[in-house]
Amino acid sequence: MAEMTYREALRSTLVEEMDRDPRVLLLGEDIGVYQGTFRVTEGLLERYGPKRVIDTPISELGFIGAAIGMALLGLRPVVEVMTWNFSLPAADQILQNAAKVRYFSGGQVSVPLVIRGPNGAGVQLSAQHSQSLESFYGHFPGLRVVTPATPADAKGLLRTALRGQDPVIFLEHAALYGVKGPVPEGDYTVPFGKAAVVRPGRHVTVVAYSRMLHLALAAADELVREGVECEVLDLRSLRPLDMDTVAESVRRTHRAVVVQEQWPLFGAAAEVAAGIYERCFDELDAPVERVTGADVPAPYARNLEKLTFPDEERIAQAVRRVLQ
Amino acid sequence: MAEVIMPKMGDAMTQGKILAWRKRHGERVDKGEVLAEIETDKVNVEIEAESSGTLHIAVPEGQTVPVGQVIAYIDGPPAQAPAPQAATPQPEAFAPPPPAPAPAAPQPSERVKASPLARRIAAERGVDLSRVKGTGPGGRIVERDVLAYLEAAAAPAEADYEDLTPSRMRQAIARVVTQSKQQVPHFYVTTEVDMARALELKDQLREALGEEVRVTVNDLLLKATALALRRHLQLNGHVREDGTFRRYRRVHLGIMVATPDGLIAPVLRDADQLPLPQLAREARRLIEGAHAKRLRQEEYAGATFSVSNLGMYEVTQFAAIINPPQAGILAAGRAQERAVVRSGQVVVRPVLQLTVSADHRVTDGAGAAEFLVEVKRLLENPILLVL
Amino acid sequence: MQHLQPVTVPVDTLLEWYRTLVFCRRFEEQTERSFRRGKIGGYLHVAIGQEAVPLGFLSTTRPDDVFFVSYRDHVHTLVRGTDPGAVMAELYGKLGGTCKGKGGSMHLFDVARGNYGGYGIVGGHIPLAVGAAYALRYQGTDRVCLCFFGDGAMNSGALHEAANLAGLWGREGMCPVVFVVENNRYGMGTSVERASAVPELARRFDAYDIPNERCDGMDVVTVYEVARRVVDQVRRTGRPYAVETLTYRFSGHGAADLFQPYRDKQEVERWRQRDPILLLEKRLREAGVLDDRTAQEVASWADRRVQEAVAFAEASPEPPPEELYRDVYGS
Repeated sequence: MAEMTYREALRSTLVEEMDRDPRVLLLGEDIGVYQGTFRVTEGLLERYGPKRVIDTPISELGFIGAAIGMALLGLRPVVEVMTWNFSLPAADQILQNAAKVRYFSGGQVSVPLVIRGPNGAGVQLSAQHSQSLESFYGHFPGLRVVTPATPADAKGLLRTALRGQDPVIFLEHAALYGVKGPVPEGDYTVPFGKAAVVRPGRHVTVVAYSRMLHLALAAADELVREGVECEVLDLRSLRPLDMDTVAESVRRTHRAVVVQEQWPLFGAAAEVAAGIYERCFDELDAPVERVTGADVPAPYARNLEKLTFPDEERIAQAVRRVLQ
Repeated sequence: MAEVIMPKMGDAMTQGKILAWRKRHGERVDKGEVLAEIETDKVNVEIEAESSGTLHIAVPEGQTVPVGQVIAYIDGPPAQAPAPQAATPQPEAFAPPPPAPAPAAPQPSERVKASPLARRIAAERGVDLSRVKGTGPGGRIVERDVLAYLEAAAAPAEADYEDLTPSRMRQAIARVVTQSKQQVPHFYVTTEVDMARALELKDQLREALGEEVRVTVNDLLLKATALALRRHLQLNGHVREDGTFRRYRRVHLGIMVATPDGLIAPVLRDADQLPLPQLAREARRLIEGAHAKRLRQEEYAGATFSVSNLGMYEVTQFAAIINPPQAGILAAGRAQERAVVRSGQVVVRPVLQLTVSADHRVTDGAGAAEFLVEVKRLLENPILLVL
Repeated sequence: MQHLQPVTVPVDTLLEWYRTLVFCRRFEEQTERSFRRGKIGGYLHVAIGQEAVPLGFLSTTRPDDVFFVSYRDHVHTLVRGTDPGAVMAELYGKLGGTCKGKGGSMHLFDVARGNYGGYGIVGGHIPLAVGAAYALRYQGTDRVCLCFFGDGAMNSGALHEAANLAGLWGREGMCPVVFVVENNRYGMGTSVERASAVPELARRFDAYDIPNERCDGMDVVTVYEVARRVVDQVRRTGRPYAVETLTYRFSGHGAADLFQPYRDKQEVERWRQRDPILLLEKRLREAGVLDDRTAQEVASWADRRVQEAVAFAEASPEPPPEELYRDVYGS
């Protein structure tokens, strides 16, 4: 196992797959000459040339649509969105074309497309640049939506995405690019739709993903001192959603807290909570608690922003409430 | 023969109404002539003949039919086509309204609040939930309540024992003390303290400061412990998982408080820095707050050493279990009048027995003794506590 | 009526085109009847009057070329050779349809014939065609991509972002796409003059350094001549090209467009004088290869073929319930 950052895990996977498969090519704003906003594509223009590493104009609707066309013709484009906020001008392309064309063509075409980039909030970027779009994209059948929280999952999920047949919404997190961790070497893949039990415990199931996983683990550390053992789950992919693993855990703990960074209404946590109620109603000893972002556009001021997004203490408090 | 159908005129249209026939049954029509006016969900439209011939109306005016249904034929109906019939409204059969259902016997309407898990266990084990007392939020019956009820019910009436399910807090304490006693190598050092001057000081302070502050022996003990720790930081800290010892520069004392739910330990922060009156006020606030459950979670966190005082009971001496990850705890009994020898004379003095429990990974007997002797020195020269 | 260009196409081909145009017209008329009978659901957009554009352009392409279309896609699919029964069955929502009944009128696909589909959002398919064109060159082929869309799409952001990319990638010879604007005068009920600040739509491609021209879209021979030159050039250079074809739809925008308050009957009548079938018929009669009897035979043949398509669609089973969850994902 090599120790590397989340960023290095992404970059090395792109290199390995581009070396292996000439159909893989990259598109995005400032991914070539500029080396990528988060430097995930550093050195790739030099290595693969401008036909495979395409610096695009600021034109998401255009180049994401074009990438879908490339995928229809058998290429494997990887689009970098500078942040997921900028995917919204291309929402029509992603939702109306990429997600559905296989279906309305009766299965005649595939869209093996990966769209990747940072999702989420927490660094004072204010309303238009701080949001989590996983449930927005997770709503649409035809898309895969994955949310790696660790370098190993960044590698394993990206490789699975690059070898699949479907459009993948690959949601990274800006706060995680520098996170280090062990990454298995070689042809390592992580299947979609398989949650990970990151920390076993018997009193309460805490379900999280992406950056929230790290907060949930910190809260679990804190709660041990109170004699509370949390079982922390990382969903890793939201579509498909691994409710089997969640339900299996809740059947043992009888209590659950679900954590998400995004807004509360119609969010991933609501979906997971509903799934728990459907599968584990008679196993629950307390209502499922949600820990979510505040129901406001993200504010700029540091103090207000801190109030907006979940932290360890709010997760710990939710755990205490379900244990009452 | 050509069919005239009710046409679908809009994307969502499923049926249409024939407002009027513009041509009579049997009349000759030419291609392009208006045959009828129909009403759709959005607009009224005219339909034209697609061919020429004699009109045979199959559906009368005023009727609504589904899209695609034949409403007329041009140049004769098929042999089996029915002649048009005026839409005669069906007389509404008169019937008395059904009798109102007899009022049911009043049911006990109090809904039992129970978690789904509790309900399932109750159903499986035949427990009447209305007889179970709920201890969850808002009196909700949760799993532990049903289990407790079952245990109680299972006990024979004449049993001379009862099995109790400890509270969650007591279960947590049980885990912590078991782990501590199994994993932390405890050793104990005991000494006796002549409390005569300390008690005098306490009385003087009460007189000077009044009931509002109300300095206690326990406050003097806390102050002495804190000052002693300041001089002997080898016991002021946390043993970490990797075996290292984190020695804190500040002294935060956990005060062991017995409540009906179990032992809890609010934390007196910077106890060595607090002048006695403030220390007394703060200690009182913490102890009362712990009993009343009104302290915040963080007020229980961060102790660097603990003090357990059973002085309110008739206890002379005991040894306490260390609260991990702390490295020591001081246990105090009750000061008792004892005959002691002073300057060759037998005199009666109030004597307090103190026992420190220490983690042998952090310190040894000599280290613990130095700390304890310092506590003793401070309590026997209590002027040092108010300097 | 303007003067027709001299015939440069073999007479046999012209006759074949005539049969195709008549058949497509009869097919479209039948879809309207089937819609009125409730056999076809949803939206139905027919191309009556516009048939010469897809026929002229697709007659110049190779079998391995590809194309993308808007939702007015029946004629493109038929002239490319897809079985009319499968097209009608798709409109009827039947398993024997081009897309197993899962796409409907707006989403006819036949990938084996290079038909990458009809798309229902105005302008939404144009970026796809640009990316597809890039892929064809990336794969080292000289195949080309045609992208058909209406005048309404000219004002969508998708067109302009896609055209800019095509202009950029075309510099490297990496974008062999032909933008075929089917200017039928109205985006639903809004005329080009009321929708486009520059009503001469071809000129708008100047902004992206894409060569462009306007041509008559009613005379199939004219369309074909332009298309042949343009497609050859795009295939040779790998650069995009735009053709604005001036055409007209005699039918409403969709089957629910009953009263057409945006235009009067005289305007429609004027355009009917330039009905593509009429124009081609005139050429054939002048060439002496079409008389009333042949025309009647063609009409009967077309009707028979349409009725066969309807019979196929009627007989085809509905998609079974297990089709519901198929084709959502590929892996």
